[in-house]
Amino acid sequence: MKKICSLLLAMVLACLPCATALAAPDQSEIDALRGTKLYVYNWGEYISDGVDDTLDVNKAFTEKYGIEVVYDTYDNNEVMYSKLKGGGVSYDVVIPSDYMIERMIAEDMLEKINFDNIPNYKYIPEKYRNLPYDPDNEYSIPYTVSYVGLIYNTDMVDEAPDSWTALWDTDYENRILMFNNPRDAFAIAQSVLGMDYNMESPVAWKVAAELLMDQKNVSPVYVNDEVFNKMEGGEAAYAPYYVGDYLTMHDNNEALAFVYPKEGVNYFVDAACILKGTKNKRAAELYLDFLNEPDVALANAEYICYGSPHSEVYTNPDYTYYQNALLYPEEGAFKTQLFTNLSPETLQLMSTLWDDVKNYIPTAGSGTHDFFFGEVNSGSTEQTDGKKLTPEARKYAICIGVFLLLCLAYVIFRYARKKYRESI
Amino acid sequence: MKRHPTSRFNVIASPYAVWAALFIIAPLIFVVYYSFTDAAGAFTTENVSALSKYLPTFLRSIWFGIVATLICLVIAYPTAYLISQKTENIQRTMVLLVMLPMWMSFLIRTYSWMAILEDENGIINGFLANLGLPRVHMINTSFAVILGMVYNFLPYMIMPIYSVMAKLDRSMVEAAQDLGGSRLTVIRRCIIPMSMPGVVSGITMVFVPSVSTFYISQKLGGGAFDLIGDVIERQFQQSYNYNLGAALSLVLMVLILISMAVMNRFTGDEEGMAI
Repeated sequence: MKKICSLLLAMVLACLPCATALAAPDQSEIDALRGTKLYVYNWGEYISDGVDDTLDVNKAFTEKYGIEVVYDTYDNNEVMYSKLKGGGVSYDVVIPSDYMIERMIAEDMLEKINFDNIPNYKYIPEKYRNLPYDPDNEYSIPYTVSYVGLIYNTDMVDEAPDSWTALWDTDYENRILMFNNPRDAFAIAQSVLGMDYNMESPVAWKVAAELLMDQKNVSPVYVNDEVFNKMEGGEAAYAPYYVGDYLTMHDNNEALAFVYPKEGVNYFVDAACILKGTKNKRAAELYLDFLNEPDVALANAEYICYGSPHSEVYTNPDYTYYQNALLYPEEGAFKTQLFTNLSPETLQLMSTLWDDVKNYIPTAGSGTHDFFFGEVNSGSTEQTDGKKLTPEARKYAICIGVFLLLCLAYVIFRYARKKYRESI
Repeated sequence: MKRHPTSRFNVIASPYAVWAALFIIAPLIFVVYYSFTDAAGAFTTENVSALSKYLPTFLRSIWFGIVATLICLVIAYPTAYLISQKTENIQRTMVLLVMLPMWMSFLIRTYSWMAILEDENGIINGFLANLGLPRVHMINTSFAVILGMVYNFLPYMIMPIYSVMAKLDRSMVEAAQDLGGSRLTVIRRCIIPMSMPGVVSGITMVFVPSVSTFYISQKLGGGAFDLIGDVIERQFQQSYNYNLGAALSLVLMVLILISMAVMNRFTGDEEGMAI
């Protein structure tokens, strides 16, 4: 018993110096944050959450600092942006993608980070610093880095594709998935056309939109997160998606394979930022620093399956995706482009063109077959520019018209009968 | 001293009046405001004039709404009639069964229809394949979207019709039978006209959400074609174009209001309601 006591005492004594060493001069400042709340807004499924004995990052943060983490998620950058812009919410930490960070910096939505408070920033190597969206690296700390690529199902596709044009292959009608967000969808068309993702020329955007309309001939299914179910379940042959998510899907369906198309792909960085107007900036910085603790970063990288910009993670031989050729490809192995923020005019044009793409129903070729309403294609190929109705719209107009006429006829009939009865 | 009935009514209704002012009237004012301004807040009619671009989408949504409503009506009317003919205990159980799916989230129910209709792993197609029958492509078609609408909104048609039918004056029906009316005549001249208020509110409750839905068309239609709800949702969520989104909603609301007003006008006169 005495032995144990002295052992404990020795341990406590041994720990004391390091405890004081760890306690930075602002320890009291950190202690003062106990009991406060930190509002974090992140992508869905984008943090290690304690499932299957993984590290629960938010819980660990609360245990360490006594700061409660209020955690919400979003599906995509635009949703996040609209929600923040729309007001009524206030978050402290947010993890947008590169081009969205640029936009948020331009619109003065982000708070400069005090990097003195982020000692773990030392783990982020030079190549992930000062990226174009945040050239002086004042606002963001990279969280994940990854690529878009083409997932295909080897049970359905005999020959490995090497080009985005596989998504236009009419042999796979109804079996092709497509991004349901304009930026990613346009990037694929722009790759095929050899265009810059960040071009500002309206004509070029229209050409890309026409290519996307052309894709409607294979009846692509526009998906977000449903891609997981559909690819894992073998519902579709091709899907463009993020490489990290491919790794997750591959775990559930061995028949899936992945390729970086030769036309080039989107390279993206999601980075943690602090929002302007934060009421708890010091806690937010603690959180950002905590995300870059080597074991936390490793847990996140293992959970999310995206590439990690953290040097202690990707050089760790115990890391599941250590030197994974897909997640950490050699530099220059294929063409990549980053998104940058587009001008408001181009953004407006892109969303208008995207509406056109989504509304477009092809009038030539095999087109959509539809056993409820029969074949919807016939006649000319003019587009939905509002001046002339497409055959499909004309069909609906006629249907509605006939229906209204029937209603009117019935009303007149009743009125006439009423008059007749009154006259008797 | 008798108190004026309306003043008491005002007091009782005041919670709802506050509620309506805050959550119905105020948002409507915002919708109108956004419809006629641009991003900078200046007056413009650009949003409303951009609507011609979305005319095909409007037509498609309205047509899908009409079809879904008619299918619901055809299914719901006999169902409601049959339920109302049963003894009270059975009625209660059957109403419970009608309502049962609504205990689950609308989103989950729609999502699970994906699993039922899918090509490879779909329950229906798996069944067909096991029987050696050819697979039917159902998911991501307009059929799937309308099926989703009918499935989700059917209880909203059954319930109002049933609740009117359950309260029908039985003596009217008996009188019609005493006067020699055949079964069909009783239904045609007696039950249908008397249940018309339920039908009208059922049509409203199915048509309005059908026209404006976006989740069903995204999940079951695969985004292959837009309904007007999809376009509106995208303006708010993706494009951050509240002005266009508000303008589209405003037009949709006006269209629905007009059609409801017309319908109420012509079903309002109780005389000669018989088909």
